[in-house]
Amino acid sequence: MNKVLMSGNNIIGEAAIRAGCRFYAGYPITPQNELTEYMAEHLRTVEGGVFLQSESEIAAIHMITGASATGARVMTSSSSPGISLKQEGISSMAACELPGIIVNIMRGGPGLGNIRPAQGDYFQATRGGGHGDYRTIVFGPATCQELADLTMDAFDLADKYRTPVMILADGMMGQMMEPVIFKKPKPRQYNEKFMLRGAGHGKSKIIRGLILDPIDMEEHNWKLARKYQVIIDHETLHEEYKTEDAKLVIVAYGTSARIAKGAIKRLRDKGMKVGLFRPITLWPFPELKLRKLAEKINNFLVFEMSTGQMLEDVRLALQGYADIGFHGRPGGVVPTPAELANVVARHYEKKD
Amino acid sequence: MAKKVFSRPKCLKEAIFHYCPGCGHSIAHRLVAEVIDELGIRGTAIGIPPAGCAVLAYNYLDVDMIEAQHGRGPAMASGIKRMLPDGIVFSYQGDGDLAAIGIAESFHSANRGENITIIFINNAVYGMTGGQMAPTTILEQKTTTTPGGRNKTSEGYPVKVCELLSSLDGTTYIERCAVNSPAGVNKTKKAIKKAFQCQIDGLGFSLVEILSPCPTNWKMTPIDSCKWIDTTMSKVFPLGVFKDNTTAVKKSREAAS
Repeated sequence: MNKVLMSGNNIIGEAAIRAGCRFYAGYPITPQNELTEYMAEHLRTVEGGVFLQSESEIAAIHMITGASATGARVMTSSSSPGISLKQEGISSMAACELPGIIVNIMRGGPGLGNIRPAQGDYFQATRGGGHGDYRTIVFGPATCQELADLTMDAFDLADKYRTPVMILADGMMGQMMEPVIFKKPKPRQYNEKFMLRGAGHGKSKIIRGLILDPIDMEEHNWKLARKYQVIIDHETLHEEYKTEDAKLVIVAYGTSARIAKGAIKRLRDKGMKVGLFRPITLWPFPELKLRKLAEKINNFLVFEMSTGQMLEDVRLALQGYADIGFHGRPGGVVPTPAELANVVARHYEKKD
Repeated sequence: MAKKVFSRPKCLKEAIFHYCPGCGHSIAHRLVAEVIDELGIRGTAIGIPPAGCAVLAYNYLDVDMIEAQHGRGPAMASGIKRMLPDGIVFSYQGDGDLAAIGIAESFHSANRGENITIIFINNAVYGMTGGQMAPTTILEQKTTTTPGGRNKTSEGYPVKVCELLSSLDGTTYIERCAVNSPAGVNKTKKAIKKAFQCQIDGLGFSLVEILSPCPTNWKMTPIDSCKWIDTTMSKVFPLGVFKDNTTAVKKSREAAS
């Protein structure tokens, strides 16, 4: 497979179709429209592919839920305000144990905010987002290649655990172009017994999240919790960059991590030993891997394009183990590597 | 030998309805079950119960079913039907579900001409939550949230779903019936059967609205509730076929092929 140059939004669409996504529903919202348009253009050329422009974000998530129930691989995408609207359906998919992919190309918030890249939806993504006791697997890709790879992996994980998976990127990731290679998708493994396709001559099936008896509902919650624990134990992903000799480690994900790498290059040129810890799964958060790093490094700085959300997960991992600083630029501001390098340098010297 | 003229529909489970005495849901459920039996579609049918009194419909109807969040049945039905064109997909919805919180989903699935069937129960109140005003509550009707009666100035007017949806080019068959008399029940069954047949023939969106008694929340006896549908409710929601394009759609299909 040759390298192709594509924009982030289009890469997600192409990776999804290659991974076997055959149903997409979505509603226009900037900065993710190219993904919706890509699916409109390309799903129709694939056998069995269906694209539906929904009347709302709410309708879109319930359309993919229905399509998922029939056993199809499904996806919807939106940007921050639209993802808020989808929460009802995401909670429902988690409750009914239906797989599906939700892409959030984040923009500035809260409210309508703006259409610039931001990372203010971390809490919403990693804490469930909708009502009830559930979690969503969340990928935070930082390169176009990762957009391609993780989108494909997301479909496999969604099937494996029968749960919704979110790709959490931002307007920068969605709009930028990089060369990518699409890997070969794995053959799908999803049991027919979970599919609702008409009872035929057999027993009829019910898919539901309504469980009126509190004892039964409690058991369903614990069943989901046990599943989430398995995901925590087996599915965390992270990257460490120049941490071997580091005196200070920046913790950042997605676009922030790209900026951090630029800052690290500048800082290292000046002789400062700075590294990066980049969570790739935001939920489950690679907590133990990060704590392990605190065995040899005492100085951490969290950098986010928000007022400090992942910061809380870093504190849960490192509080009492290391010093934690923070630098954030919310509201759609994308700081330069030079700005971050200045901040880190002050932090570095203070501790060194 | 005696001829059997009446029995439990095959796809109605051996369960006792949880519905209140005099409620129209149990009649509507039974009619859906009879129609599914008669059309032989039990194996391909997929039903979507609503949030509302009929949320437990899957305890009674022996077909594949998946719950929808409040009002989202038609969106879910659209997703299912698009991936499973040979399935017979229906949503079963109340008035709050279809005409208030889910009006966008029902309106647009109808406008897309989704080849699905909606069984719409109109009892002019929110039943399960205890009798609050529904979008179809009629003027002057007392509910727990319109204790002085529905006032057009502050609460607006009852939503007429059949009239609204039949104005959309995407819809094929739309009829309003009532299950307050044996004749009405028979008519309703015919309408449900026609609606499912419309879908089986691939002719497009079908909806049957059923005026249905809710004695508990209307605070009437079952008999008075049935009378009220005749004297009052059906004056606001007139019964009849609002749209039947089945023949026209068939003809244009044949002409095209």
